[in-house]
Amino acid sequence: MPKLTIDGIPVEVPDGTTILQAAKQVGIKIPTLCYLEEVQEIGACRVCVVEVEGARTLIASCVAPVTEGMKVHTKSKRAREARKTVVELLLSDHDGDCQICVRNEDCELQELARTLGIKEVRYEGEKSKRIIDDSTPAVVRDTSKCVLCRRCVTVCNEVQGVGGLFPQNRGFETVIGPAFCSDLDDVVCVQCGQCGAVCPVGAIVERDQIADVFSALDDPTKTVVVQTAPAIRAALGECFGLPPGTLVTGKMVTALRRLGFHAVFDTNFAADLCIMEEGTELLTRLKKKLVDGEDIALPMFTSCSPGWIKFLEHFYPDIIPNISTCKSPQQMFGAIAKTYYAKKIGKKPEDIVVVSIMPCTAKKYENQRPEMNSSGVQDVDYVLTTRELGRMIKQAGIDFVNLPDGQQDSPLGLSTGAADIFANTGGVMEAAIRTVYEIVTGCELPFDGLHVAPVEGLEGIKEASLKLEKCVPDWSFLEGATVNVAVAHGLGNARALIERVRSGEKAYHFVEIMTCPGGCIGGGGQPRFTDNSVRLARIQAIYKEDEGKQLRKSHVNPDIKKLYEEFLEHPNSEISHHLLHTHYHARTKV
Amino acid sequence: MNENSKHVCMEEASEEELLARLDEVIAEYRDKQGALIPVLQIAQAMFGYLPESALKKISLGLNKPYSEVAGVVTFYSFFSTQPRGRHMIRVCLGTACYVRGGKQVLSAIKDKLNIDVGETTEDRIFSLEVARCFGACGLAPAIMVDNDVHQRVKPARIQAILDQYLDKNTEKNK
Repeated sequence: MPKLTIDGIPVEVPDGTTILQAAKQVGIKIPTLCYLEEVQEIGACRVCVVEVEGARTLIASCVAPVTEGMKVHTKSKRAREARKTVVELLLSDHDGDCQICVRNEDCELQELARTLGIKEVRYEGEKSKRIIDDSTPAVVRDTSKCVLCRRCVTVCNEVQGVGGLFPQNRGFETVIGPAFCSDLDDVVCVQCGQCGAVCPVGAIVERDQIADVFSALDDPTKTVVVQTAPAIRAALGECFGLPPGTLVTGKMVTALRRLGFHAVFDTNFAADLCIMEEGTELLTRLKKKLVDGEDIALPMFTSCSPGWIKFLEHFYPDIIPNISTCKSPQQMFGAIAKTYYAKKIGKKPEDIVVVSIMPCTAKKYENQRPEMNSSGVQDVDYVLTTRELGRMIKQAGIDFVNLPDGQQDSPLGLSTGAADIFANTGGVMEAAIRTVYEIVTGCELPFDGLHVAPVEGLEGIKEASLKLEKCVPDWSFLEGATVNVAVAHGLGNARALIERVRSGEKAYHFVEIMTCPGGCIGGGGQPRFTDNSVRLARIQAIYKEDEGKQLRKSHVNPDIKKLYEEFLEHPNSEISHHLLHTHYHARTKV
Repeated sequence: MNENSKHVCMEEASEEELLARLDEVIAEYRDKQGALIPVLQIAQAMFGYLPESALKKISLGLNKPYSEVAGVVTFYSFFSTQPRGRHMIRVCLGTACYVRGGKQVLSAIKDKLNIDVGETTEDRIFSLEVARCFGACGLAPAIMVDNDVHQRVKPARIQAILDQYLDKNTEKNK
């Protein structure tokens, strides 16, 4: 345990602790920019430099481990001036149109300049080349705002294992971007938006569709309905200064109604529907394999997360037969809204506009996939991220924090707790198990609070096994069988899990994959900034929402039962297959 | 570099043949640490430049993201994604060569070949690049043609130097 002093304050910390961490322990905040705790610690930007007695140069505190007897000065003249110079140099090559930047007041560079007391930029010179890449439906890149911190590179390569972004060229010509500075749409990119979620500035942002949604609301010939993903209610409050993990379901509904949506529905309804379809698909696969001896692909993988779908289409096309054919809840909702609901209100699909509020940028890509037109027109018209909804509410002058609670409309607004937990890693698995177990055994899942504890939480890969006993006659062939399931979140973990399956190391029946760390609550469209403590706060809020519901299993949702009675007949029926299921395509690896 | 020369083949091989040979190179390097740069060097020696087809093969074969392969290729001026001539001329403009007339040498070569830096002559015999220091500062200004260093170069000697390679070239074609 080395002992040292930081600004004269003695501190003793374990070996390997960095100066930055040690300073934090004694209440000293050293400014940082490229640093991303536990994700990227590379000392690239030099904003965190400190003076260490006896050292020739200033030292990047985020990477320098403490040593015995070290005397650190974080606010000496030399350190202060060096930091200021570093940030001034960054500002000298930064498009500083803060007023019209989407990251205004949510920008780490702006904050840094303010904290360091920079009042003028003393360096004038050439600006690097501006590349605006708006080739994808999900995100827009603007290199003139990039500070070359490489956070996006680390997240894309190491957390997500996608490798779409890397520094190109050298020196002043350096561009953080796809190979040879091509467009994102021309390379392997799953559009998860985790790059934008960690970007300290406005260099990678979601494609803003607020204006399109306002226009739709202004159009008197359209019926505009909105669906909100499970993860929104545990995060939207952060856009209005509420702490992470504040549930704002009721306020969110009221805000949407005040924005002028004709009906406020819930993606949760479609999540319950998804469990009916996906659970049935799983049981059908098991039956075909075990009873009929058919060569059926197992394990079955979930298909709710569009970044994961695009990822496997690029990197693992051979497992396409293993992917559930179920559309994601967003797309199931769109297809049902423009058929079942349209019929109920006497409208044509083309007169209905479906808007989704998603924690996700990849959903902006998913709704534009050519397969997603089952109603005869595009099933989901516009996708706004949580952040965009936050901005839209502010633009409409709605005082969100003081809104009264509202309730979702019928018939696509009622949902169970099983749908809520889709937001969390492990949630789809838990929701599926709650329903499948009961279908097979006729009994409720015998776990405390209906929770499948081993698949909850932030462990990268999670596993559980479930023994099926006292099966009802229809499923008696499963008597005594042990169902093995696995869950991974973050595509790097998904890669590791797929390799585990391929090596034959472990035989699973059902696997849940979520693109983003933590699941949808940590999506690329969620309010910034998301670290593990924020993820956990949102996860807990979602479980609270689940536990607060009267109905907590998808198959007991009365409006889902009604939907099958009135329209879909039964899970995996012909009409279900037409509206609620899809197919996938192999794509190139490079 | 010499270690890599066994892969160099200046006779006309089709791109398909070269790509097949590249597969062998990748197989040889696949499990080695730091394989990317040597494989890129060999590929460039084989093809004369780094075509997209070769780079994508390297990315897949070495299991490196294409963005990273491109990042390395665009970082080092040694690598080129444009077809190059049979002979690469590198004019040193490091400090010593610069002050001793490197710039005049460069401009003489440009005039003689009628190409700019980064370009290749129409007959695909010469390409021209600028370099920073070969470690021949004592005998500045220096240029390199392929692996040969020519020292104390004067604009008036350029034609004679280039002729040596033209001769070699003609012989090879016979």
